[in-house]
Amino acid sequence: MSAAASRTTTDLPEPSLPDPDLLKVLRTMALARAVDERCMNLQRQGRLGFYVPLEGQEAAQVGCAWALQPGDWVCPAYRELAVALTRGVPLRDILNQLYGNSADLSKGRQMPNHYGFRQHRFLSASSPIGTQIIHAVGLAYASRYKGEKVVAVPFFGDGATSSNDFHSGMNFAGVYKAPVVFFCQNNQWAISLPREKQTHSSTLAIKANAYGFPGVQVDGNDFHAVYRAVKEARARAVAGEGPTLIEAVTYRMGPHSTSDDPRRYRTPQELATWKARDPIERLKSELLARGVFSEAQFESLQEELRSMVQKEVQEVEKMGPPAATSLFDDVWASLSPNLEEERKEFEELLREGVIRP
Amino acid sequence: MTEATLIQAVNKALHHAMKVDPDVLCLGEDIGVNGGVFRATEGLQKEFGESRVLDTPLNESGIVGMAVGMALYGLKPVAEIQFLDFIYPAFDQIVSELTKFRYRSGGQFPAHVVIRTPYGGGIRGGLYHSQSTEQLFASTPGIKVVVPSTPADAKGLLLTAIFDEDPVLFMEPKRIYRTATGEVPEGDHRVPFGKARIVREGSDVSVFAYGSMVPTAFQARQVLEKTGIHAELVDLRTLVPLDVDAVVRSVEKTGRAVIVHEAPKFCGFGAELAAILAEKALYSLKAPIVRVTGYDTPFPYTLENLYLPSVDRIGRAIQRTVAAG
Repeated sequence: MSAAASRTTTDLPEPSLPDPDLLKVLRTMALARAVDERCMNLQRQGRLGFYVPLEGQEAAQVGCAWALQPGDWVCPAYRELAVALTRGVPLRDILNQLYGNSADLSKGRQMPNHYGFRQHRFLSASSPIGTQIIHAVGLAYASRYKGEKVVAVPFFGDGATSSNDFHSGMNFAGVYKAPVVFFCQNNQWAISLPREKQTHSSTLAIKANAYGFPGVQVDGNDFHAVYRAVKEARARAVAGEGPTLIEAVTYRMGPHSTSDDPRRYRTPQELATWKARDPIERLKSELLARGVFSEAQFESLQEELRSMVQKEVQEVEKMGPPAATSLFDDVWASLSPNLEEERKEFEELLREGVIRP
Repeated sequence: MTEATLIQAVNKALHHAMKVDPDVLCLGEDIGVNGGVFRATEGLQKEFGESRVLDTPLNESGIVGMAVGMALYGLKPVAEIQFLDFIYPAFDQIVSELTKFRYRSGGQFPAHVVIRTPYGGGIRGGLYHSQSTEQLFASTPGIKVVVPSTPADAKGLLLTAIFDEDPVLFMEPKRIYRTATGEVPEGDHRVPFGKARIVREGSDVSVFAYGSMVPTAFQARQVLEKTGIHAELVDLRTLVPLDVDAVVRSVEKTGRAVIVHEAPKFCGFGAELAAILAEKALYSLKAPIVRVTGYDTPFPYTLENLYLPSVDRIGRAIQRTVAAG
C-alpha cells in the first residue's frame, strides 16, 4: 500500500490551488505520463529514434511550471516534457520535434527531446550538462534591464550540480542579484552515478549558502510543496530579493534514455520504494479522498489522453523529413559565401542522384 | 578624422555603440572601474553605469554564458576575455552553445554575442599571454572571426561586429595596441566583413597576413621593394567570412603566395588558404606556396622573438618564392 493511499482525509495536505485547477494539474501530469509511455513504446518498435523519459518527475515539473508566468524564461535540460506541456506548448509541436520532421520548429536539427519553443520562452535544449544554467542568469539580467518583471528558471538535475556552469550560474546570479529560480530535480541518478557519489554535500540545496542566497529542499513528488516553493522563490526574485535554489527530491523511474539499462546500477527494491511514491498516484488519491474526483473518472481521463496521443502520433508520422537543402540554413543569419558554394555542389549531387533525400 | 592608436579605436567603437544603442552592454573581468587591463573600456562604466558595463567574477564560461543569455533576450552584449589564452573555460559555451543556438533551434533562438579578446605574442607574455588560436574558432561553423590590423579597421570592424546578427570573435592584436596609429573616422564608421584590404599592390608575389603580422609583413615588403621585388600585401581582416575572391584574384595576378601568421603551422589558418589556392588557383601558381608561421611548439617566453615570424624571415620567404619560379 502506498504512503499516499494510507493517508486519512484529515492527513491531507492543505491544497495549494482550487480543485478545478488541481484537476487541470492532474490532467497535465497524466498527459505527460501518457506521452512518455507511448514514446518509450514507439522507440522499442523502431518508429522513434531515441527518447528521454521523465516518468516519476511529473509533480516536480508541473509544480514548478505551474508557479511561473507566461513571460518567464524556461531554460530546460532534455527531460522537461511536462514543463513544456504546462507552458502550453502544443503536443503536436513536441511530437514533430521528436520525429525531426518537416513541421519540426527546430527543423530536424536535434536529437529527440532537445526542443525549444520561442513563443513560450522555452529555450532550445542542448546535450552538454549544465550549460543552460548560466544562460538563465543572462536572460534574467536582460529582462530586468529592460524593465520586465519576470524570472528565468534553469532546469537541471543532480548531476549538473557538479558542472562548471552550475557554479558560474549560481555565482553570477548571487553577485548580480539576478531574478533566477534555480530548479534542480534531484532524481537520484546521473545515468549510473548515484546522488551520494555526485557530491559529498549533505543536500544539494545547501550549496546555495556558499553563493549567498537561500536554498530550499522540497519533496519533489508533492505537487503542492513544489508549487509553493517556486511561487515564493519567484515572488522574491521579482521583488528584487535575488535568486533561490530549489532542490526537488524526486526519482527517475525509467532509464536515463532509451539507450540506458538501469538494471546495471540500481536495485528493484529501490525502484519499488519510489514507485510507491508515484507523484501522479499521490495527487490522484488526494483528490479521490476529498471526493472531487472518482477512480472511474481518472480511468476515462487516461483513456482519453492515450487515444489523443495515439491520434497525434499518427498525424505526425505522416510527415516527411525537412527539405534536404535546409541543411545549410540557420548557421548564419544569411547564407555565407562558402555555404552558398557548398549548397550549390550539394544541389548538383542531388540532381545527379549521388545523394538521395 | 582623428589620430588614434588601435586600442583607442576599440574604445571609440565601444563608446559609439553604447551611445547610440541602449541594448549594447559590456561585460568582463576588470573592465569597469579599472577600464580593462589594456584600457580598452576606459571611461565606459563612468559614462554608462554599472548596469551596462559589468565587472564580472573571474569565470570565462560565466562571462560568455551570461552574454549568450543576454543575447537570447535580444540585447547586444560585448564580452571581453582578458587574454585569448584564458578563453578555454568558455570553449564549451562558444562551441556547444553560442555557435549552435540559431541552428539547433531552427532559427528560433539566434544569439548574437561579440567576444573581444587580445591575442598574440611579442609582449613577453610567455605561454599564457601570447597564443594565437584563431584556427580553433575559424573551423567552428557559426562564429565569425575578425582580426583588425589598423586603428581605422579596429573601429570599423568592431562596429560592424556589434551590429551584425551573428556571433563574432573579435581578436585584437595586443602587440600593436599602441604602436599601430592612424586616422580614425568619427561616428558610425563601419568596415564590412568578408572584404580583404590590399595594403600595397604588387605584381611578383602575394603576401597574405592579418592582425599584428600585417605591419611586420609590410616592413618586409618595403625592404624588398628596394631590391625590385614588388609584393602585393593582402590584409585578410576577417578569417570568417573569408574574402576568397580577393585571395584568388591576387594569386592569379602574381602567380606566387606567401602566407604569414603567428599561430603554429600545422592545421593553422594558412593551411586553409593554401588549400583554397590549390583548389582555385593552381594553374596560376609559378612556385610552391610558402607559409611563414609560428613553430609547432607551445609559445616560448625567452625565445619569443625567434618563434614569431620576423621581417627578415618573411623577407627571405618572399625572395625565395620569387626566385623559385
